[in-house]
Amino acid sequence: MAQTNSLGFWEAVRNGVVKDNTIFKLALSLCPSIAVTNSLKNGVYMGVAVLFVQTMVNITISAMRKVIHPKVRLPIFMLVISGWVTVVNMIIAAIAPDVYKEVGLYLQLIVAFASILARAEMFASKNTMVPSMYDGIGMGLGFLFALTVISFFRELVGKGALWGHALINAKPLLILVLPAGGFLAVGLLMALFNWIDTRYLKSKTAGH
Amino acid sequence: MEKTQKEHQITVSVSPHIKSEETTSRIMWSVSASLLPAAAMGVYFFGPKAALNLALCIISALLSEYAFQKMLNRKITVNDGSAFLTGLLLGMNLPASVPVYIPIIGSFVAIMITKQLFGGLGFNVFNPALIGRAFLLISFPKLMTIWTEPTAAFVRLDAKTTATPLGILKEEGVSKLMEVFGDKINLYTQLFVGHRAGSIGETSVIALLLGAAFLLYRGYISWEIPVSFLGTAALLAWVFGTKGALFAGDPLVHLLSGGMVLGAFFMATDYVTCPSIKKGQILFGIGCGFLTMLIRLKGGYPEGVMFAILIMNCFSPLIDRGFRTKVFGARKLATAKEIKK
Repeated sequence: MAQTNSLGFWEAVRNGVVKDNTIFKLALSLCPSIAVTNSLKNGVYMGVAVLFVQTMVNITISAMRKVIHPKVRLPIFMLVISGWVTVVNMIIAAIAPDVYKEVGLYLQLIVAFASILARAEMFASKNTMVPSMYDGIGMGLGFLFALTVISFFRELVGKGALWGHALINAKPLLILVLPAGGFLAVGLLMALFNWIDTRYLKSKTAGH
Repeated sequence: MEKTQKEHQITVSVSPHIKSEETTSRIMWSVSASLLPAAAMGVYFFGPKAALNLALCIISALLSEYAFQKMLNRKITVNDGSAFLTGLLLGMNLPASVPVYIPIIGSFVAIMITKQLFGGLGFNVFNPALIGRAFLLISFPKLMTIWTEPTAAFVRLDAKTTATPLGILKEEGVSKLMEVFGDKINLYTQLFVGHRAGSIGETSVIALLLGAAFLLYRGYISWEIPVSFLGTAALLAWVFGTKGALFAGDPLVHLLSGGMVLGAFFMATDYVTCPSIKKGQILFGIGCGFLTMLIRLKGGYPEGVMFAILIMNCFSPLIDRGFRTKVFGARKLATAKEIKK
């Protein structure tokens, strides 16, 4: 069962960021990638929250994997995930109330992320704790990377600002901060990264 | 040389054996030519800035098409006129006063995103020129609604800005419109000739009708969409045009102003994005007319032709499926219940 037990840290990171990037490659969890990425701050906080939840869930599930009965594993996964999401939710509400006001709803929706449940099911429940933690960090970093790039692009082009500070004194492309522009931005960046991947990294699994 | 070779060639194939001389590129260039009178009128009224914008739109549309096809190693089809037509239509849909980067961004969105990313000519879901304009209107709401006052003198550079007739109608009502244009006859004539504020190519109704007549004569567009579009819009303008009173609106003002004529004859009839079955085309036109008047009378924008056509573009495949002709002699397949019996 534990055939990928020897997963190293850097391999896990490379998997999460490049090969199996949640948004650019697997096209999972696209809802937050459009909804919260209209400013860099929101995107980064969301990405950090997911990184934290993914890592902690993987560690917890991996630690508990021998006592979870296979027939009830999904409810238990969900309970673990929602527990950690509650923790993150409260932390962000405490340290960044202005961000929480905008992305609070989507923070709670991390519970329903396909990518987190998928890693718990596919990896953490079959592997020991250390590789599971590496895997969680790798996948979380991939998500953080994607959200940072998308929100960086959208805030810069859509508002001419970064992290709330105005940078460019020109007419911005307002559409990019609107929901319609979110779809455009994700699509264009997805195309760009797949192009880089097939062109320079020669990945065999590129293109969806 | 080429022709004699063709004559001696024996083709073994299924019908049709007689092929028309018409090609896509010939139609595209004809439609572009039919738009020229209206574009010329726009340049006449709005000055050299209008000509510059039109040229920028066309050049950047052609360059976008070339660059995309070059990048993807596809066959380069810049000469087929479709990118030229898209650029021209987009330019005609812009106000004359926009800064130079707006036509370039618009053409890029129209060609690269709306047309080429969907697979190129024939595969786009939406009218490229209209998506280009919608993108610009949403991105630059202020710049895209600064209208230059028309002047007949080509040399006057200090352009005054003013509101479009539809803008006046929306904000201040019919009485203000009468105040600006004098009497009703004058209003109609000014609108018909195109002496009013608006996008470069939409103002001159007479020039547009001239081009449309040429297209109808050559059979490049059919009457179904324009007639049902304009008819529905006129009917709704007549019935609901005035607030508080039914059957008191002025349909002519609505038909002659805004982008109604340009939209109905040149953009709703785009082969790729309208239904191909005649009955469906009538429904398509009715939908366009209805949505246009809904936006004009009840919506937030003074003009609704662009969004109406784009919304109906989404329904084109559905309309085509709904009006699919029955195959002669075919019977319905027996349902599961009948088979059991």
